[in-house]
Amino acid sequence: MEPIISFKNFGFKYTVQKEPTLYDIDLDIYPGQKVLIAGPSGCGKSTLVSCLNGLAPFSYDGEYTGSLTIGGKEARDSDIFTRSKVIGTVLQDSDAQFVGLTVAEDIAFALENDEVPVDEMKQRVDTSARLVDVQGHLSHAPHELSGGQKQRVSLAGVLVDDVDVLLFDEPLANLDPAAGEAAIELIDRIAKEQNKTVIIIEHRLEDVLHCHMDRVVLMEEGRILADTTPEELLCGRLLQTTGIREPLYITALKYAGVAVDPSMRPAHIETLALSDADKEKVRAWFETAPKTEKAEPAEPLLEVKDLTFRYANGFEALKDISLTLRKGEMTAIAGRNGAGKSTLCKLVCGFEHQQEGSIFLKGIDTADLSIKERAEHVGYVMQNPNQMISKVFIKDEVGLGLVLRERPQEEVDAAVDAALATCSLSPFVEWPVSALSYGQKKRVTIASILSLKPDMILLDEPTAGQDFRRYTEIMEFLEELNRSGVTVVLITHDMHLMLEYCDRSLVFSEGRLLADDSPAAVLSDPALIEKASLKKTSLYTLAGLCGIDDAKAFTERFIRCDRKARRGL
Amino acid sequence: MMNIFNYIERRSPIHAMTGASKLVCLLLWSFGAMSSFDPRFLFALFVLALVLFKISKIRVADIRFMLWFTFVFCLLNNLLIFLFSPMHGTEIYGSCHEIFHIAGRYTLTQEQLLYHLNVFLKYAATIPIVLLFVTTTDPSEFASSLNRIGVNYKIAYSVALALRYIPDIQREYHDITLSLQARGVEMSKKASLGARLKTASGTLVPLILSSMDRIEVISNAMELRSFGKNKKRTWYRYRKFTAWDFGAMLLGLAVLLISVVLTAFVNHGRYFNPFV
Repeated sequence: MEPIISFKNFGFKYTVQKEPTLYDIDLDIYPGQKVLIAGPSGCGKSTLVSCLNGLAPFSYDGEYTGSLTIGGKEARDSDIFTRSKVIGTVLQDSDAQFVGLTVAEDIAFALENDEVPVDEMKQRVDTSARLVDVQGHLSHAPHELSGGQKQRVSLAGVLVDDVDVLLFDEPLANLDPAAGEAAIELIDRIAKEQNKTVIIIEHRLEDVLHCHMDRVVLMEEGRILADTTPEELLCGRLLQTTGIREPLYITALKYAGVAVDPSMRPAHIETLALSDADKEKVRAWFETAPKTEKAEPAEPLLEVKDLTFRYANGFEALKDISLTLRKGEMTAIAGRNGAGKSTLCKLVCGFEHQQEGSIFLKGIDTADLSIKERAEHVGYVMQNPNQMISKVFIKDEVGLGLVLRERPQEEVDAAVDAALATCSLSPFVEWPVSALSYGQKKRVTIASILSLKPDMILLDEPTAGQDFRRYTEIMEFLEELNRSGVTVVLITHDMHLMLEYCDRSLVFSEGRLLADDSPAAVLSDPALIEKASLKKTSLYTLAGLCGIDDAKAFTERFIRCDRKARRGL
Repeated sequence: MMNIFNYIERRSPIHAMTGASKLVCLLLWSFGAMSSFDPRFLFALFVLALVLFKISKIRVADIRFMLWFTFVFCLLNNLLIFLFSPMHGTEIYGSCHEIFHIAGRYTLTQEQLLYHLNVFLKYAATIPIVLLFVTTTDPSEFASSLNRIGVNYKIAYSVALALRYIPDIQREYHDITLSLQARGVEMSKKASLGARLKTASGTLVPLILSSMDRIEVISNAMELRSFGKNKKRTWYRYRKFTAWDFGAMLLGLAVLLISVVLTAFVNHGRYFNPFV
């Protein structure tokens, strides 16, 4: 069989860069295959996507070396438009790529540009909408859809063209765990039913492997490091060295001393076959858990009592919320979009005002405090650092809050230096913000909040869209900060983040506080998981597989072991 | 959040018309109203515009901000005309009926008053119809109608996208100001207008940066789906003209024709002159 995509000794260099981004790529992808391309940020996987769909070199200037054939034809000669008839790309940000004003128009977009007559267009839109199950939403605007639905619309928008290859650029980046699982299942179903070749670019290995993948291509620094089956990859040692997160159950098995090999079919927890001896090892590991002593509860920092909030249009975003956050805690606020997580933060910061209930900061009722006054106790870090940075130089940005409070210059300088040191940004003090990477900008925004010395910082999705390496960098920094005495609250739907770093999770759904418990307990409660659009962790399944009833205790055992291993590194 | 310049969804015959016929009507109407200085005609157009508004079910409350804005602008325009050329009416109408002398070179004349009435009525006759078009035509309908009257579809589409992103950018601006306020920027009424303007300009940097990101993604997404491949494109929302559409275009044509007839045969010039 002829490969549908074939890279031969392929390289790519952007005009604006000195060094090539891709080197010596040799990769054949055959019709009907499902291929996962994984690798840390900056490994060249996004460039590989751009080379396939033609954005490079047609939108981003650059040069090819070697050869790339798509459907047997040399790609050098075919522009973006020609390639888009063979390869359909679903971009990462399903919000920004929503071009049409309604679902139907968005799906029809490619047909409109191809001058397809209106009658035929309507029929084809209808067919593709049915394929991805959005036919009930044809007249809806993007803001009326959930993240998962928007992504399905994007998929329908490339399926109208009957492409051979579906190319997904980080399809899980903006979805909650349950929607992510559904997305992977949908991709799997479409690939089978429509006989498509599927290429997925993702660094969330475990989540993609929820469905079968034929191959995993691992990239690092512009080169292909491995091109193998998921089974082989999971049993090797490559994952640890490239900074891709291995599935939790695999890590747990390794902690328990079980040797994982391909014959155990370890690619999915559902197919994993453990011998009795292996199960015994896991049970033994579980039972040797060291006793932990319960720490005394610290003094309350933020107390929320019977909070209810309705928007002007009558939508009840929060209902009867009561909770207490204590000094020094690291807490996750979880729940799907629209569950009330962000609303709670807005109320705490004073951006909105509740109709009922009250919020106390260090025992003081906040009702009469302005946004500015509250900011001295609670710092709020927005998701996108570009939305927060308003000064050209790092120093000015970090000192802004103090300058506005008319503190003396020496005090400002001292606080800026301290905040920059905490965020490991001291070498950049004289730099312009624009010269920094995304992760560094994120740290600048955190530093600019820390310079006010708040008791607590609230972060909205601090790791959204970050790969494992940057995620770890950001989270370890926050953990460090937390140990130095700052109370940290994170809005997230990343379950790994909750498990690995937080002591406590507050789970919201439809404006109510569903649970306030340890992450291990939350993620071992099937009813709660279902309601809050979370996902069962594979640890839960592994516990069942090994005959351990107390999945929560098993998860806790894992977390402790994992934290110890991580800190020991 | 206030609505500045946006489509408002209602069910009305005017909403149901195609954007193209509304646009044609708007253009003809505006030409007609702009070229005439006959207060009787302009007043009639104003009344007609109010009737159309009634049919469209758009309420004054929906467009309050824009109405205030144009009202203030109109006042300012009139004030400046009077300040810089208080005898403009006299020059136009060739006579001088003094009402009273104010000071220096400023004298109030009947001619000047009539001229100001005309300027006012021009706003009154055109602004409602522009607002009516904007509030009853959604961005994609707008793009396709621009394209239908001969504007290149790439330009038409970018105008529509810009209109569509206004609410998003407003929301983003709101978020940015909130985060700045948390940093200690005073944006409430406690701060002086100057200080508030200065901080508002501070939000521009983050706003522009995040908009640039958005533009890059959207233009890639469009190109990947063949936008710009052909000279023409079709439109999912394309509809055939109905009786209402022909009616609207005829109405626009009638306005222009009346204006031309008034200028050529009745007033013998653009100005209706009661002083001769």
